[in-house]
Amino acid sequence: MTPVLEVRAVGKVFRAGGFFKRDATVALKDFSMTIAGDRPVITAIAGESGSGKTTLARLLLGIIEPSMGEIRYHGVNLKAMNGDQRRRFRQEVQAVFQDPFEVYNPFYHVDHVLTTPVAKFGLARTRDEAYTLIETALHQVGLRPEETLGRYPHQLSGGQRQRIMIARALLLRPKIIVADEPVSMVDASLRATILESLLKLKQEFGISLIYITHDLTTAYQLCDDIYILYRGTVAETGSVEQVIKQPKHPYTQLLVSSIPLPNPDQRWGGDVPAMSERNNGSGGGCPFAARCPHVMERCHIAPPPLYQTSAESAAACYLYDDQPELRQRPVAAHDLLNPH
Amino acid sequence: MATIQTALPRQTARRAFRLRKVNPLLASGMVILLALILFAVGGGLLIDHSYAEVGAFLPRQTPNAERVLGTDSQGRDVLAVLILSTPNTLMIGLVAGIAGIATGTILGLLSGFFGGWVDTVIRTITDVFITIPGIAILIVIATNIRNIDVAVMALIVASLAWRFPARAIRAQTLSLRERGYIQIARLNGVGGLELVVREVLPNLLPYIAASFVSTVSQSILATIGLEALGLGPQNEYTLGMMIYWAQFYGAILRGMWWWWTPPIVVIVLIFVGLLLTSAGLDEFVNTRLRKVK
Amino acid sequence: MTTPVLRVQDLHVHYRTAAGPVKAVNGVSFDLAPGERLGLVGESGSGKTTMALALMRMLEQPARIEGGRVLLDGVDLLALSEEQMRRIRFDRLSMVPQGAMNSLNPVMRIRDQMIEIFNAHGRHPDKAERRERIGHLLERVGLKRDVADRYPHELSGGMKQRVCIAMAIALRPQVIIADEPTSALDVVVQRQVMETLGAVQKDLNAAVILVGHDMGLMAQFADRIGVMYAGRLVELAPVRQIFSAPQHPYTQMLIASIPSLEEKRLFKGIPGVAPSLLNPPSGCPFHPRCPAAFAPCPTINPALEETDAGRWVACHLHSEAVLHDSRA
Repeated sequence: MTPVLEVRAVGKVFRAGGFFKRDATVALKDFSMTIAGDRPVITAIAGESGSGKTTLARLLLGIIEPSMGEIRYHGVNLKAMNGDQRRRFRQEVQAVFQDPFEVYNPFYHVDHVLTTPVAKFGLARTRDEAYTLIETALHQVGLRPEETLGRYPHQLSGGQRQRIMIARALLLRPKIIVADEPVSMVDASLRATILESLLKLKQEFGISLIYITHDLTTAYQLCDDIYILYRGTVAETGSVEQVIKQPKHPYTQLLVSSIPLPNPDQRWGGDVPAMSERNNGSGGGCPFAARCPHVMERCHIAPPPLYQTSAESAAACYLYDDQPELRQRPVAAHDLLNPH
Repeated sequence: MATIQTALPRQTARRAFRLRKVNPLLASGMVILLALILFAVGGGLLIDHSYAEVGAFLPRQTPNAERVLGTDSQGRDVLAVLILSTPNTLMIGLVAGIAGIATGTILGLLSGFFGGWVDTVIRTITDVFITIPGIAILIVIATNIRNIDVAVMALIVASLAWRFPARAIRAQTLSLRERGYIQIARLNGVGGLELVVREVLPNLLPYIAASFVSTVSQSILATIGLEALGLGPQNEYTLGMMIYWAQFYGAILRGMWWWWTPPIVVIVLIFVGLLLTSAGLDEFVNTRLRKVK
Repeated sequence: MTTPVLRVQDLHVHYRTAAGPVKAVNGVSFDLAPGERLGLVGESGSGKTTMALALMRMLEQPARIEGGRVLLDGVDLLALSEEQMRRIRFDRLSMVPQGAMNSLNPVMRIRDQMIEIFNAHGRHPDKAERRERIGHLLERVGLKRDVADRYPHELSGGMKQRVCIAMAIALRPQVIIADEPTSALDVVVQRQVMETLGAVQKDLNAAVILVGHDMGLMAQFADRIGVMYAGRLVELAPVRQIFSAPQHPYTQMLIASIPSLEEKRLFKGIPGVAPSLLNPPSGCPFHPRCPAAFAPCPTINPALEETDAGRWVACHLHSEAVLHDSRA
């Protein structure tokens, strides 16, 4: 069966600079991922700023085009889609963004964001039908239409606004939702409710989620599998249980150990890791070599491939070169769990 | 803070009418302009238009009890001429302002939003026209037209009034284009022209309003400039032409201050009114920006 | 506690709006011991940032301090003139404001921005002494001395934030207020910055008030935690007790909603919406959302009472007077 979404060795290079200088930033390199579509799955793309996760989000939504590799939806390359296929892609791949305020046009009521897709995608035939659809969607994310419709964005809380955005995505009955840091700008106490809505998307509506974040804790709670990105490449991937509880890649270990645990008896231990310079010259080896406590000579020469470190995870680190390499074909981490 | 009221475009307009404390700059600017319009229109209804014709009264009278502003070299009642000139000048400014803003907004929107070759073409043309001194172009146009009346004058000035609005609106559009709600609109299936008109344009309204006022100012300035050189409507009354005729008939040499001072005073008042309104609008727009978020 | 270095007594801060006063800080009192790390936790709209700015007297219109006292070493800061307050800011009471790293002057080198602080307080007039002091301060926050010669845009977010900390400690203050100092930073950099803050604080024996909403950070950093809700302090207790045995229902729900790294479990949010500070609910502001609300809650606003040594709660469930009455 053709997988729903296939990302094949995708890379993105941004060229800046004016007439004389040409500065190229490699935002993403050789990234592959597949969403089979047979059952809904929540995949985390985790990384810090500069990791390439935002670029990946924009690539997946078709906002920008890859410099290398291709992205296929239902087997068709995004670049090669005709009108109908484009429309279908647009409807079936939706998004929830980070900033719950910026995404609303301040000129309109919040209804605008819900009525527009109903109209544009022809989801209802009459106004009554449209409002029924909208009200149902709002109920599904735990909001009451009488408390939210007819208001302006600034009259609602961040949590409510973000949930309306989820309702908006739901309205279109998508197959995939790309959620780019959906709770990072929402108060800690409201996050749980939003995460609950996101989980519902998978459990009740069978929608697959790509959850982009820098917060490993929420990734752990919400997702099935995870890709840890560092400077545009995958450092580690696998099931969340494996990668977060037993991280193999030194970068993942650093990330996990830096999480502020809500337990005063478990304070940060160990050394403060080496400070990274802002603009690391890309030497050509492993991108983490400059900060890695286990760095070896060969790390500076060529970037390591992904080695399978367990049944459910793989890490791109020469420390594990005794393990078999993950073959260079697009593979979903959770396929490691259930090889067909 | 979610619970503190923040001001936003539509509600701001509504609330502005309800607020006791209206922006003083905006208020005083509008008061001056309204007074001028009242003077022009009201005065025009009250006085006898024939007072402004050649030979209506004894020429070169100094201001006296009957002729409050005296008469000019042709025997016209200066006050009557002033009352009839003011609305024409304001009209030219208004028409040119509207035409300039409309054209400038359309060009700025298209160029800013769609980018690519559309942007390059429009931007190049705009930049070229901006660099050439407007007055030079206007003089060339005006000298080549036979019969200029108020309507033609408005058109001449309008022909260049779009330049700066196009640039200003383009800049604003570029910034608005990157907003999150544009992204969401795209995901909602909205595209192209509809995106521009439904999502971007409403948020441009404050900037358009501010740009409108400055365009009107510039247009009035341009028309007065042309008229003072004698390139205005010969057979109709405008403030600039008053100055021209005054200078033409040697009013300055003859010390006929009551002829050329009133139009200058009115012109100054027009500009002060427009300036205050523009500054007030600016503050309005900026407080709105400051309070949002 | 030993003589507190900072005493906040019944502080009230209102925002004057067209619709009436918004009571952002509604009667907050607490003491800060020298060298103590106090965490102030709350959602947005709880009044914590307003309070931090109020302590520094850095509030702008339409916010106004409507009542209360802020005693720094016995001197009421709210009674001082602006000139007197200016001398105290950064010298004895210092702040790392929210988004501080974005408010560094982009056209001045770091060194020059730090010199401004010295000049404003007439310190270290000697050039060589200045250079040494700046270099020393940068090293204190874990940066190299040559950072002084750089411009802000040449530094990463974490480095800029550490520069802001260096600026805050330049004159060896007694109290440092840090308002969400790591909110825009990655988790690894966040740890570096927090550990830096902890190190300099210990070094100076300064007290720190850390304002934020991340309970994890609070657990890692604070000695005591104050929980703010709708402009009031609802609980104040040592950090371990807040996490192991929270007393106020809001604190309990807040802690329950923190996602854990231990095991996958259901998300437990706090139902309802944050209260309006313009028209707060009658009685206890939390009662509409409180699962344990009972008779006195909608009518009487509970005062902050000491239930145990060093533990304070504003809740009828723990109030001696109410319990006594309800039993009678």
